[in-house]
Amino acid sequence: MEKILEVKDLHVTFKTYGGTVQAVRGVDFHLYKGETLAIVGESGCGKSVTSSAIMRLIPSPPGKITAGKIVFKGQDLTRVSERKMRSIRGVDISMIFQDPMTALNPTLTIGTQLIEGLKQHKKISDKDARIRAIEMMELVGIPNPEERMKQYPHQFSGGMRQRIVIAIALICEPELLIADEPTTALDVTIQAQILELFEKIQEVTGVSIILITHDLGVVAKIADRIAVMYAGKIIETGNKREIFYKPQHPYTKGLLNSVPRLDTKGKLQPIDGTPPDLFSPPQGCPFTARCPFAMEVCNKVYPESTAVSDSHRVDCWLQDERAKQLLATMVTN
Amino acid sequence: MLKYILKKLLIMAITLWIIITLTFVLMVSVPGSPFNSEGNSNEIVQANLEKHYNLDKPIPVQYLLYLKSIVTLEFGPSISQPNQTVNDMIGRGFPISAELGIVTVIVALISGVTLGVLAALRHNGVIDYLSMGIAVLGISVPNFILATLLIQQLAVNLEWFPVATWKSPMHMVLPVLALATGPMAIIARLTRSTMLEVLTQDYIKMARAKGLSPWKIIVKHALRNALMPVITVMGTLLAGIMTGSFVIEQIFAIPGMGKYFVESINHRDYPVIMGTTVFYSAFLIIMLFLVDIAYGLLDPRIKVMKKEGE
Repeated sequence: MEKILEVKDLHVTFKTYGGTVQAVRGVDFHLYKGETLAIVGESGCGKSVTSSAIMRLIPSPPGKITAGKIVFKGQDLTRVSERKMRSIRGVDISMIFQDPMTALNPTLTIGTQLIEGLKQHKKISDKDARIRAIEMMELVGIPNPEERMKQYPHQFSGGMRQRIVIAIALICEPELLIADEPTTALDVTIQAQILELFEKIQEVTGVSIILITHDLGVVAKIADRIAVMYAGKIIETGNKREIFYKPQHPYTKGLLNSVPRLDTKGKLQPIDGTPPDLFSPPQGCPFTARCPFAMEVCNKVYPESTAVSDSHRVDCWLQDERAKQLLATMVTN
Repeated sequence: MLKYILKKLLIMAITLWIIITLTFVLMVSVPGSPFNSEGNSNEIVQANLEKHYNLDKPIPVQYLLYLKSIVTLEFGPSISQPNQTVNDMIGRGFPISAELGIVTVIVALISGVTLGVLAALRHNGVIDYLSMGIAVLGISVPNFILATLLIQQLAVNLEWFPVATWKSPMHMVLPVLALATGPMAIIARLTRSTMLEVLTQDYIKMARAKGLSPWKIIVKHALRNALMPVITVMGTLLAGIMTGSFVIEQIFAIPGMGKYFVESINHRDYPVIMGTTVFYSAFLIIMLFLVDIAYGLLDPRIKVMKKEGE
């Protein structure tokens, strides 16, 4: 399968008065054409920063991509000029934001906001742009698009606004769509509708999607592959079945255990402790302090990535042969 | 919308009536009369004059007569300069004052917004500190001090501009500068702070994610939202510019309405006081009304709220 995006060893830092925050510390992942990759992790693990970095929308200063490559269709986005980047944003790569209540400009009509991206990038007449906008509004399921185009964001409900945001993101037919927690700010019933819309859009347009979320329910519904992020690193990646049924990293297991379930009784098992301070991240595995299986080596050296299968990789010392032998002897004893 | 405007008009009329009444009360309670300053007129002449101007009638009757003159817009002749009517004075003075006022508002708005936007875009940079420094100076220095400084430096010492009067565009520069600096500073500071806030909004990030040019993002997306509070203070700023113009017109000997207004109070020239006050207040009230309407034009949410309020 063709890789549309490849992120290699990405580092992003933010300079603050308190010191330098290492928000993203060497992230590697790739995305195949037409698939949906979910990046999951708790708040502050660097997933939104990673997505902003791909769009080169990190506020700079204080943010900076200090190392790594973001290869999109053969070109390294960390090296292209801002002008070139502007011609990529919205055209090749689009982004959907978390809160549809604030993502639309309150003083411009929906129509204007839909069309302006199209007018910016393509030579298109006002009439054709309007026709295209109406098409998009129909695609995302907005009734009476012609009427609705003349209205302002405050005349739309939250779910309808998110549909508009999605229509805006897709109007120039991008190949990659980055959705940063697209359903977090919505009601559960609306969430389901929006997720169905994502599936429909992917079917119709074949767009590749990076979905940033902390909601494993969302992931289970629409992701093909999953990358689990913790403290600025991707600690485990695999396809949906592998992550949900055969999680390897203790953090991934903890994350899955902390989801409320209807079919089993008993107390919810949260992960004890808090993530490390990214002003001075630990040398070894950042999860050591919270990990029930922590060993001496975990604190000192970051584990190398181990392939569990062709598609499943994990960064954990428990994968090391020596640790496996140790576990085996412990069990026999 | 029509109902809203009618309601507003009624409120405006009531406001104006209150101002007229207050002015009348103040006017009759201030000691002195238009004829005292002459010093040489005898009692019979004075009595005749008072009779001629209806000043011998009981105060409630005088009040009604004033109201009548306002409703018919006939303020009658001036007392100190009997050969001109109040309407003549307003007709002659107002275009000049309006010219001064309009140029001042335009200069203050354009320079204030520009300074504010530049400061916000270069937040904590040299331009930011420089323009905010100018703004603080502009707010703290009263316009009459600025006016005299400008005359001393630019007109007397350097001889770049004429010292006073109102004849050519060159004559406008100093009075407009003196009058516009304060409002400009207020607008600049306000624009900067709202602009800084707007620039962190999600819809700005969204506009960037669309690949729009920085210019489009600032003008189309940011400025429109950032200008809302500026529109709000425009009402008070207009009042400030108007009262400021009384002083500035005196300093620069500009034959605008402010001159007649100040002189009329000194001379207890009742019809002129009344006429100019009513004119000024009506003007200001209408301007505030226009500001209200402009608000609705810039922010669609406000228009709808008014509709729902009907």
